[in-house]
Amino acid sequence: MTAAGRASGPEVSGGPARTRRAFSPQLGLFVGGLVLLAVVAVLSMGVGARPVPPAEVVRALLDYQGTDDHVIVRDVRLPRSLLAVAVGAALAVAGALIQTLARNPLAEPGILGVTAGAGFAITVGSALGLAVGQAGELGFAIVGSVLAALLVAAVGRRSPLRLVLTGVALTAVLSGVALGMRLMLPDVFDTYRFWSVGSLAAREQAPLALPLTAIVVCLLGALLLSRALNALTLGENVAHTLGAGVGRVRGLALVLITVLCGAATAVAGPILFVGLIVPHLVRKPAAGSVPWLILYTMVLGPVLLLIADIGSRVLLPTGEVPVGIVTAFLGGPMLIWAVRRYGAGSL
Amino acid sequence: MSARLTAREITLRYGERVVSTRLSLDVPDGAFTAIVGPNACGKSTLLRALVRLLRPESGHVELDGREVGGYASKALAKQLGFLPQDPLAPDDIKVRQLVSRGRFPHQSLLALWSAQDEEAVAEAMASAGVADLGDRPVQELSGGQRQRVWMAMVLAQRTPYLLLDEPTSFLDITHQYQLLGLLARLRDEGRTVIAVLHDINQACRYADHLVAMRDGRVVAEGVPKDVVDAALIKDVFELPSVIVPDPVTGTPMVVPTLQGE
Repeated sequence: MTAAGRASGPEVSGGPARTRRAFSPQLGLFVGGLVLLAVVAVLSMGVGARPVPPAEVVRALLDYQGTDDHVIVRDVRLPRSLLAVAVGAALAVAGALIQTLARNPLAEPGILGVTAGAGFAITVGSALGLAVGQAGELGFAIVGSVLAALLVAAVGRRSPLRLVLTGVALTAVLSGVALGMRLMLPDVFDTYRFWSVGSLAAREQAPLALPLTAIVVCLLGALLLSRALNALTLGENVAHTLGAGVGRVRGLALVLITVLCGAATAVAGPILFVGLIVPHLVRKPAAGSVPWLILYTMVLGPVLLLIADIGSRVLLPTGEVPVGIVTAFLGGPMLIWAVRRYGAGSL
Repeated sequence: MSARLTAREITLRYGERVVSTRLSLDVPDGAFTAIVGPNACGKSTLLRALVRLLRPESGHVELDGREVGGYASKALAKQLGFLPQDPLAPDDIKVRQLVSRGRFPHQSLLALWSAQDEEAVAEAMASAGVADLGDRPVQELSGGQRQRVWMAMVLAQRTPYLLLDEPTSFLDITHQYQLLGLLARLRDEGRTVIAVLHDINQACRYADHLVAMRDGRVVAEGVPKDVVDAALIKDVFELPSVIVPDPVTGTPMVVPTLQGE
């Protein structure tokens, strides 16, 4: 065994605390990611109609004095940044889970019909005059995404391929019907339009405790499940004979994906690309390890969304570009870069 | 001959297609059992039933007198190690990481990577002859190396049983014999090895116990030199042949008499 071989250590399964080696490149990368996340978070809380310097942002967080800057940072920007962190982590981890489960690097959480289900429910809800206000929209979005996921899981649970095909089919049907309704009912179209662009702005008033708690619980659940998912990446047969209860692991992963994606979509609208692109960016360093893939996406998802959110506030001199549009602009080139860097073989 | 792992009158089917009806088999402890037979005779299916990948429609597969279906997943995985014919490695995974996954049944939800895990992985890699490949990506390895890495993964599982589905396919002849030699050594170290093998002569040379199958039935079983004769080969493979002693080991060697079509 070579010296270099010993330094890289055994597979670290389940969390950074598992590393026994003094030095692990994978742990180093994770810590680097956390530092980057902290920097971007501070920047995002300083950017806006009233710029606050980073040092002042840190002071507002650690040594609150009640100045105007501090009030803005604490009461307006901190909740928004926390929301971005939670939504970014939820979407990115859901993407890592669905790509692992479907064995398809082009899978994204919306492929299970969750996003279309939420959009459909909001359309129906506002057509009936029930999805009023943020709480109403949130409720409909959650119900819609859960029902869509249940339907897809019930029809497609036999194999990953069936699951994906069912999700795509359901997405097409629900989007089509919802689109038809919106075209016939202009009021409904208006409500939907604001939700559908994907935004972190002015979502602070919504009852966020429930979706955010759900996201945190599911992120922890994803870490706990990651070692079993590691076994599952060796194929169903080997996973079975390693004792990994394939059906149960797959079912639990589907629940996590649904809740993560459903909650994120419900609070922030359909934000595309985060779930697709983030797992790609960290695939190489994760080197086939699901625990590391999840830890990396958990950090990088928020980084990407915070950067997009900063962009959404500074790109236009007046007003905001919805963050969903910024992520699409960022995500497209990043995906092309990833493909060129790693070759189409990684797709 | 004692047998902890047994199949009792099992009927196996995939959907409508019945593969085996009321098949029984005792797997002798501590021996190298080779299962041979023509394509689609149900050898792999039998192996799948033994490791609980396929549930018998009727009958029982038992380990220590207890139905394998009644074991907890991880408890069974500590007893039976299995390598399918064409296992799937994730992209980008390195050899040591792949071997480490064999420790899954020994780890609990929150358990740390233990010194015992470390030792099992190192020992498995040394035993399979891949100790110096630890940091190589599995994708970059040759077929022979890759098969040995998978063997190391199953060895890291530290199971008394090793069940292997055609472990020598995709290997060149040198690597085939190296792998069979490894299996024989593992048997000598006290493990029970059950392998589906394609090559009857290799099976005769290495196996203590030969199981010949055709059409989902066990046609003959026993020590190779007791059971292999021209009539059996004709019966199982529909191949006319003469049986001569292997010049190296003295075990039966099948020489087909078929020439041309």
